[in-house]
Amino acid sequence: MSARYIRDEKTIDQGRRRFLIGGLTAGGGFLLGIPSIHLLAQDSAETGAGQIGFFVEIKADNSVTIGVAQPEIGQGVRTAMPMLVAEELDVEWSSVRVEQMPLGIIKTADGYAWKYGGQGAGGSTSVTDNWEFLREVGATARLMLIQAAAEYWKVSSDSCHTEPGMVVCDSLGARLSYSDVAAAAAKLPVPEEKPTLKDPAQFRIIGKPANVVDAREIVTGQARYGIDTDVAGMRYAVIQRCPYLDGGVESFDDSKARKIPGVVDVFKIEGPGAGEPYLILASGVAVVATSTWAALQGRKALDIKWSKGPHTGESTASFWKQTEQLLEGSGQIVRDDGGFDEAMKQADQVVQARYEIPFVNHAPLEPQNCYASVEKDKAHIIAPTQMPSGANRAVAAVTGLPRENIQVEMTRVGGGFGRRLTNDYVAEAAMISLKIGGPVKLQWSREDDVQHDFYRPSGMHEVKAGLDGDGNITAWTQRLASASKYYRRPNVPPEEQFGAELYVDDFPAGFIDNFRLEWLMVQSGVPRGSWRAPAHTANAFVIQSFLDEVAHATGKDPLQLRLDLYGENRDLPYSNHGGPTFNPWRLSRLLQHIAGQVDYGKSRTGGRGLGIASHFTFGGYGAHAVEVQVSKTGELTIERIVAAVDCGLAVNPRGVEAQLEGGTIDGLSTALNLEITVQDGQIVQSNFHDYPLLRMAQLPAVIETHVLPYGGIPTGMGEMGLPSLAPALTNAIFNACGVRIRKLPIRDQLKQAMI
Amino acid sequence: MISFVINNENVSFEGVEDTPLLWVLRDHFKLKGTKFGCGIGSCGACMVHIDGQARKSCTTRISSVAGRQVTTIEGLAPSSTQLHPVQQAWIAEDVPQCGYCQTGQIMAAVDLLKEIPKPSDSDIARKMKNICRCGTYVRIRRAVHRAAELMAEES
Repeated sequence: MSARYIRDEKTIDQGRRRFLIGGLTAGGGFLLGIPSIHLLAQDSAETGAGQIGFFVEIKADNSVTIGVAQPEIGQGVRTAMPMLVAEELDVEWSSVRVEQMPLGIIKTADGYAWKYGGQGAGGSTSVTDNWEFLREVGATARLMLIQAAAEYWKVSSDSCHTEPGMVVCDSLGARLSYSDVAAAAAKLPVPEEKPTLKDPAQFRIIGKPANVVDAREIVTGQARYGIDTDVAGMRYAVIQRCPYLDGGVESFDDSKARKIPGVVDVFKIEGPGAGEPYLILASGVAVVATSTWAALQGRKALDIKWSKGPHTGESTASFWKQTEQLLEGSGQIVRDDGGFDEAMKQADQVVQARYEIPFVNHAPLEPQNCYASVEKDKAHIIAPTQMPSGANRAVAAVTGLPRENIQVEMTRVGGGFGRRLTNDYVAEAAMISLKIGGPVKLQWSREDDVQHDFYRPSGMHEVKAGLDGDGNITAWTQRLASASKYYRRPNVPPEEQFGAELYVDDFPAGFIDNFRLEWLMVQSGVPRGSWRAPAHTANAFVIQSFLDEVAHATGKDPLQLRLDLYGENRDLPYSNHGGPTFNPWRLSRLLQHIAGQVDYGKSRTGGRGLGIASHFTFGGYGAHAVEVQVSKTGELTIERIVAAVDCGLAVNPRGVEAQLEGGTIDGLSTALNLEITVQDGQIVQSNFHDYPLLRMAQLPAVIETHVLPYGGIPTGMGEMGLPSLAPALTNAIFNACGVRIRKLPIRDQLKQAMI
Repeated sequence: MISFVINNENVSFEGVEDTPLLWVLRDHFKLKGTKFGCGIGSCGACMVHIDGQARKSCTTRISSVAGRQVTTIEGLAPSSTQLHPVQQAWIAEDVPQCGYCQTGQIMAAVDLLKEIPKPSDSDIARKMKNICRCGTYVRIRRAVHRAAELMAEES
């Protein structure tokens, strides 16, 4: 966007949550920004915190450009966020163009501030956090346009209203387009008070299905991703990273690499010491060349002697052995309601099971890459990142430059899934640019991406329930031995590592009087991080599988068991991310809906079975019903999936459906086949031949999505469509053939069980 | 020097002969719509047409393209104002999420529809092998059917 800010310092009041900026663009258009100041929020690596920024520009042709602060990773923010502004601004959606805003870091007397508010894409927070605010942005701009027209007509603002893109004065029978009054509006002081927002019944844009705003650019190959960055004079670089966890470069011979035409430089990259926080993931050798292919060929010609590091004894087998040993002992009690031990002694029946969750890779289809140009006093970064403030901080750590001198631009991102919340590849690019003294684009290969990741944590869960004579659950414990996502994260002490693994307020906490959660720390050298719907993927699988095991043990119906537990329509306190409340009845509502869709009570024969599951994730409610057929030889056919979500209010129902479909398929792909394993301290898998993401051929014949709005505040949709799929699938498998899958991925377990 | 045709334009490339077509398109000719996903011919993000047939450009050596016609996503639409029916169908069915794989998916779908003008779901399952990490397969399937209808109407 070529617009420039005209910033009125007097309007800035650090004590208020927001300050307003009105001004003219270089082209004479009207520009309005209501950025927010929040110093700490941006430094949260977990989520984009609750502050926002925006940019509205009305051009001479009455088209409207709306800036979006968060990066588009496929979750649909480039469409949904501008819809909020456009609704209250009162413009035709078809007249809106959307532009990505860069990281808005500024230095103030009080420290760093964020011109556009929080810009991270994580935790399904963007729409919820910006729901009020972006509508206020649109409404404020509309008021200023009305006021400018009223002054021109010399009438009161009260006698004017708007129609899409127009200010109308009924008493005069006059109309002015927004572009006619934009320049005058830009000179007005920004109204002090909050504007009145529309009654949702009046929404014309919010709640109406909209297509992806840049679909045309995508299907014509014009959409620009990080990998497409091409700056005159830039070099191309790749890194051969140490394959051993926390290993290093002992020595290397680059004589053959330097003979490859186009290779211009080869040097060592120093990774973190064992146990240190990750600025980058691994030590390695960088090859810099005049093209990507030359760099890749140069890398292939390297002869590197690795030091193998401290984890050569680690393997997937040793990991599971460790979890079993830990579960024999006792761990950290992180929630303890009532008298669990006594209640278990009193129980008439005990049900117990263990479940295994593997490490998994994020595998976004666009491999990591980053353009970096580090100069003496400034740096320019162009990256596909979910956390641009983290990219800025990483480059500051590498270069020592002041953060305000590090410009970060975000491209469209070829998939996030949590991988790009960490900016290790940005730090690597900055290291290389610093060393060669010029601009460079770092490119990862697929092998780099599969073998070097912040993997979704692996763990073994033990769940035990005590039941009374009527089959009611009187005591419940979940004990988890896992490798925490918070491993090597600065500022997270050991006693808080559990927080990324067990969410203390998650169902069934608070529903069973005698309830205990226990965590045991597994030692592992495998890097871990946030993977779409983080620990909800593991916990939903465990809890929703175990509910069916309890139902089976007591002869209860799995749906009725859930409905009885979830209970009546009420808000319960929920302190984890997505709170402050959780209404379990909204899960019942979804379950009853999908049960109706699949004719729940129908008897199924011929190896057919039905499974259901539901889960509350980050403020949103999701449920799945899966119908399968299992042959006598263990061939699994998924005949139908019905997915339902309640995200409060669906800002863009078509985008919500897309996320529900995508989340369902991601859940299916991961549950069926995906696992990262370790042997001799190295990651075993390397590309799509041994990390087989789901393809069209494995797509079930029918996948239905049902969006069931509840009203109120919209929640995000990036993550809630995923967690309940896996347990619904394995519950269906049990219902079909009596085999209980307790270890993910499912892979060939059914065939083995049927032998 | 290797001479060939990209999107109806005669071009030549003087670099290393074993360079994959993908990197020649992207780094040398600055055609960025063809994507890098795996480098082993598995995911299909790099799909182009060579003499009218779908090929994975990441495993196609530039030397093998000499004298041949390469079509990339940038050259698929008949004109700057009119999109190919497959592209139209992709927009109408609102297929993309992150969008990264979609140019390759579209090139694969064009190839499929050339061979099977009215494909069944199982034809689509058999022929559309490209990976979509976002899981847009349901919409891809719908878009292929819609494109088949659009093309039938056109002809």
